[in-house]
Amino acid sequence: MCLGIPGRVIRFTEEEMPFAKAEVEFDGVRRVVHMACVPEAIVGDYVIVHAGIAITRIDPIEAQRVFDELAALGDDEGWKHDTP
Amino acid sequence: MMGDPHKNAVFSLNCPSTAHANNDRVLLAHGEGGRMMRKFIRDTIIQRLAGDRLAGERLLSMDDAARLPKIEGPIAMTTDSFVVSPLFFPGGDIGSLCVFGTVNDLAVSGARPLYLSLSLILEEGLSISVLDRVLSSIVVAAKQTDVQIVAGDTKVVPRGAADGLFINTTGIGQLIEPIMLGPSRLREGDELIVTGPIGRHGIAVLCAREELALEPSPTSDCGSLATAAAALHEKLGASLRAMRDATRGGVAAVLHEWADACRLTLAVDESDVPVSSDVRGACELLGLDPLHIANEGTMLIAVEQGACDEAIAVLRALPETRQAARIGSVVSKQASPVTITRMFGRQQPLDEPQGAPLPRIC
Amino acid sequence: MKYLDEYRDSTAARILLDSIRRRVSRPWKVMEVCGGQTHGLLRYGIEEELQGTVELIHGPGCPVCVTPLESIDFAQQLSMMHTVSGHDVVLTSFGDMLRVPGSRGSMLEAKARGAQVRTVYSPLDAVDLAKKNPKQKIVFFAVGFETTAPATALAVKQAANDGVDNFSLLVAHVRVQPAMEALLESPHNRVQAFLAAGHVCAVMGCASYESLVQKYQVPIVVTGFEPLDLLEGILMCVEQLEKGEARVEIAYARSVRSEGNLSAQRIVDEVYEVCDRPWRGFGVVAKGGLQLRGEWHKFDAQRRYMSCHTLPVIEPRECRSADVLAGRIKPLECEAFGRECTPDAPLGAPMVSSEGACAAYFRYRTPEAGR
Repeated sequence: MCLGIPGRVIRFTEEEMPFAKAEVEFDGVRRVVHMACVPEAIVGDYVIVHAGIAITRIDPIEAQRVFDELAALGDDEGWKHDTP
Repeated sequence: MMGDPHKNAVFSLNCPSTAHANNDRVLLAHGEGGRMMRKFIRDTIIQRLAGDRLAGERLLSMDDAARLPKIEGPIAMTTDSFVVSPLFFPGGDIGSLCVFGTVNDLAVSGARPLYLSLSLILEEGLSISVLDRVLSSIVVAAKQTDVQIVAGDTKVVPRGAADGLFINTTGIGQLIEPIMLGPSRLREGDELIVTGPIGRHGIAVLCAREELALEPSPTSDCGSLATAAAALHEKLGASLRAMRDATRGGVAAVLHEWADACRLTLAVDESDVPVSSDVRGACELLGLDPLHIANEGTMLIAVEQGACDEAIAVLRALPETRQAARIGSVVSKQASPVTITRMFGRQQPLDEPQGAPLPRIC
Repeated sequence: MKYLDEYRDSTAARILLDSIRRRVSRPWKVMEVCGGQTHGLLRYGIEEELQGTVELIHGPGCPVCVTPLESIDFAQQLSMMHTVSGHDVVLTSFGDMLRVPGSRGSMLEAKARGAQVRTVYSPLDAVDLAKKNPKQKIVFFAVGFETTAPATALAVKQAANDGVDNFSLLVAHVRVQPAMEALLESPHNRVQAFLAAGHVCAVMGCASYESLVQKYQVPIVVTGFEPLDLLEGILMCVEQLEKGEARVEIAYARSVRSEGNLSAQRIVDEVYEVCDRPWRGFGVVAKGGLQLRGEWHKFDAQRRYMSCHTLPVIEPRECRSADVLAGRIKPLECEAFGRECTPDAPLGAPMVSSEGACAAYFRYRTPEAGR
């Protein structure tokens, strides 16, 4: 299950754990989301939100990795041949 | 009715004055004939609607029927009932909706909207100020679309029998030319256009009703399509095949209806479908597809192959349809009546919406 | 949208798809555990693109689908309680749960008969609802995997903290790993590798999968939900299978650490304990569920409304959802699929839930490609 959507932390509306909350932006809308499970998250971070709470902080370096690998695949002659 | 001893007894427990003096809530008495009803209709309802002098005069006469002047040529007639909850939502309310909804039904049928009837079903206890706001909004929308409200009816039902306020409007329009618009005229190669970003009304109402606390609140597209429809009609003539305001079930529902009517397949490309950033965010968050979400001021149109650029130019010249976009075309009949391309250039079936959209987690 | 759009890029997806095709020497059978992944694989046409290369077996990871009928029936009875007792109960849950048929129709159908039912986006919204309506008794039907458990646990903590006594949970949470183990133990098992459910692992981590990998020599790759995530997960499975390896790997490292989310685990542990739980289609799965710990029993709707009796459970006979959920058959192999059973008139949960495999087939598969 588990519709989890990435959103950007805009500002904290409640700092105190475990009921910390922050406004999180999803494209054109924002919603207040519980932050109890992502104490490390700060404003500007992206978090995955599921059923009103942030369940994990997105690691931007890891997020880039697949694209680096894709670039490597694209550079390889064997793959380049087949890619549109 | 005023003499009903039981009712009076109950009432006096709550309020020492008479029902007549209580003017902040709708009472059953307001719908039960007699002086109180007449006064209520004249002072509360018709006064508000009388902004349009002509319409006001007709309504003020309070005859059993409106007597209308002769209309040249064939006419179009449509009816629609409005039961939206909540009554007020960002971008509109049940009042603007009941005018634009019926005006749009006439407009997409190729008619110039002329007259509306207005039937109000009020729930006992409805605040008069709410009714006032709705009526003011009706007046504004009627003026904007240049239609006259010429007939009306008011009923009051016991508390719990309605959700505040239901409205029915019936519209009469003059068919502009004897061009038969309709999905049965669709041919292979015809191009499909939406007149603006989709799903705004449904998301606005869903967010307001379910108190989803999204900020800024998504705004409904509730508005008139009469100008756009008339402009398309005038500029495109016979190249215009069909128009439909994509209300309940969204654009996907209209695509399915059209595919059914023309027995061809309608193919759209997901990346071409305009979606506003608030609807996009809300739909991702709630697990909904904007193609399944209702619109109230956005239509799907089909034009003959090659007429697409002109149609889009006509639409983009108008503020309400400035984000019109081509989303696909009519192709030969395939296994799926409606297809969507999302990835790999693969045409996949686009499903029909099932039931009302509900926020989901999985 | 950042972290969504770039993972739906067609060109990049094509490169990964070609890589998979090139590496595969024979057709492999890979199970995607989570229904969200099933949905993505079908929605983006990945399942069809991979035909003949990798067979995707659809897993049991649709929590509303495996929620036992007993729980759904009980929830319905609760939602009708106001008609027969002084308990003014309002049942709240996620939208997809409300559509799933119980023994006597879905919650939405019950609503038409007078049940008090409300959709909420978050269990914490249900706590707010309880605060705003002190005279009503708000029950949240807590379904879902480990991903959802932190949210419902936090809701209970919030209710306790704020003294919201008119809030309670009907807990039907399930745990994924015991079900994966049950599948591997089954004599019918065809699964050669798993795409583990990314968001479950974001909470729980994947260290505990090591024992499964050792015992059954099956690769497990923690995978996300967008097309590129799914393809990357499949590619990593295929690479292990081709080399004859079996390891736990993470293809969704932007969201998943191997130890999981310790803060989330702490909240869940504080509120819940592991229990045996019947899964629809599986029977009782040992350690397959979560229940409220003793100190939270006052928030347990099951205990609070013990007097609420349910009628006998009726499982529709024609429905083969049990076989579909266990990956024994594909939805198209069910006789009722698309005939007696459609999303408009579903026989079983997998046809109605947006994550259910049957619904995904009905929505996204071209009719003639099927039967």
